[in-house]
Amino acid sequence: MIVPSGIVEQADQIFVTLQHLVAGYFPVWLQPIVMAALAVVAIVLTFPLCFALSVWLERKALGRIQNRLGPNRVGPFGLLQPIADAIKSLTKEDIVPLSADALVHFLAPVILVVVTFLGYAVLPVGRNMVLLNMDCGIFFFFAIGASTELSIFMAGWSSRNKYSLLGAMRAVAQMISYEVPLLLSAVVAVMMTGSLSTVKIVEAQSGFTGIFPHWYVFTPWGFLGFILFVIAALAETNRSPFDLPEGESELVAGYFTEYSGFKFALFFLGEYLGMLSIAGFAITLFLGGWGAPLSVLGFVPSWAWFFVKLAAGILFFIWLRGTMPRLRQDQLMNFAWKFVLPMSLLNLVVAGAWRFMPDTWLRWVVSAGILGCAYVLLGRILMRRQGLGPRSYRYAE
Amino acid sequence: MIFGVGLPFFLAAMITLIGALAAATMRNLVHCALSLTVAFGGLALIYLQLDAQFAGFAQILVYIGAVAILVVFAILLTRGVGTTLIHVYAQKWVLGLLLAAGVFALLGWAVLTSIPRVAAPAIAVPTVLAIGQSLMYDYVLPLEITAVLLTVALIGAVIVAMPEFKKNGGAE
Repeated sequence: MIVPSGIVEQADQIFVTLQHLVAGYFPVWLQPIVMAALAVVAIVLTFPLCFALSVWLERKALGRIQNRLGPNRVGPFGLLQPIADAIKSLTKEDIVPLSADALVHFLAPVILVVVTFLGYAVLPVGRNMVLLNMDCGIFFFFAIGASTELSIFMAGWSSRNKYSLLGAMRAVAQMISYEVPLLLSAVVAVMMTGSLSTVKIVEAQSGFTGIFPHWYVFTPWGFLGFILFVIAALAETNRSPFDLPEGESELVAGYFTEYSGFKFALFFLGEYLGMLSIAGFAITLFLGGWGAPLSVLGFVPSWAWFFVKLAAGILFFIWLRGTMPRLRQDQLMNFAWKFVLPMSLLNLVVAGAWRFMPDTWLRWVVSAGILGCAYVLLGRILMRRQGLGPRSYRYAE
Repeated sequence: MIFGVGLPFFLAAMITLIGALAAATMRNLVHCALSLTVAFGGLALIYLQLDAQFAGFAQILVYIGAVAILVVFAILLTRGVGTTLIHVYAQKWVLGLLLAAGVFALLGWAVLTSIPRVAAPAIAVPTVLAIGQSLMYDYVLPLEITAVLLTVALIGAVIVAMPEFKKNGGAE
């Protein structure tokens, strides 16, 4: 094994060195297994910790947005609140409705969490820090992500509760509709890199022009792709403003109405892990993964950049949740199929044209112009059909 | 080695078989659909075990992510929400058995006759790049035909859904 030289490289590779060091105590034939196990343990420890922190951050930030304090009793600034919550949910009674399908009811949260954890296997959190550098890493992530829908359906159906079932049907319809633009908007990054491997996608963005990085988000197609990806990711993780499946005020929390105690906590965990992983993939695809945002900041370890970006992404999601009202079901579907999908298809064409145009300012003008015109035209036409204006009530007046 | 096959293949095959059997014999239709999903997952495992990563993940994405959901939706939308119990044995089970045996024999014959006499040389695991290039260069016509077929199906689905939409005066 190569010991990295220089303090910067050592700090950058500290976890990799540590992993090799621990594995060195085992016999040679056992070493690959030990190294994989260490990486798995690291993932299983780190991301639930991120989950706990982001729940705290969300409650705190939402509190500030709504002009209240948020959790402030347990520990300094309420920082130990997640631990109190965990103990509470562990000691609560686990209620299964009498008419529920007990086995499916039990399996649903377990499958959700397991499947969400699988997605982290291909997420590069730093230089040389990825569990599996698969040839089709991104594809693996989307394939795994698609199977969370089934666990949500299982939860809603097995509860034998009309609100749960309605919530599950809404969730599945929403997730299927937004999965198409999610995949298509990620394809532009794959097209430019020429590979589905997450590691290669990050490496392709690691160059600098002057002090500015070559992130895909700083190109016209990358910018649009990033925005569309974030919109679809919000819908895919049932976050506000797309939180219809679990709308508290209309569906009493949707598909997990009938869950209590630790199973509810598992759903909560699965949801936040899904949000963290999809934010991680947005970072990997468009925001340069673990790369530094300016070339002069290269001395900061790569894994630190990844987690800083992740925290920024989560803060953005929380900000959106505190700001946006919930959409209506028809608005949600219209937005997906009439706006997001056509824009992501057009983005594919523009990205292809970009690839074959000479590297001058012209291709910036052409692709930005096409995308800008399409955005304005499509937006105008759709808004006209919406008939926005004073609402007329048929019966209430 | 169990029954002359490796342990990974044995496990994947058992998952597929048990899932398929459960799908055929369970009394609740939604349970059948969920067991069928287990069988799909087992098939994906077999693909992965054969080093066909792309096919394996495509199996998960398409069958578990889409087809299983479609099946479940179809059950819920056509048979109502409550527990739907069905008779496991239909009236014409003899006919079904004969048909199944016939299909199985045909498939078995096709597989057995296609095994080469000598072991083929090991081929390097195809990358996604190679799959993409062969789709775009060698097999572009079948790909386009499939695309046209899918588009036709999509338009057909829209047309099937259309008259109802007009009747309700929903065009506004």
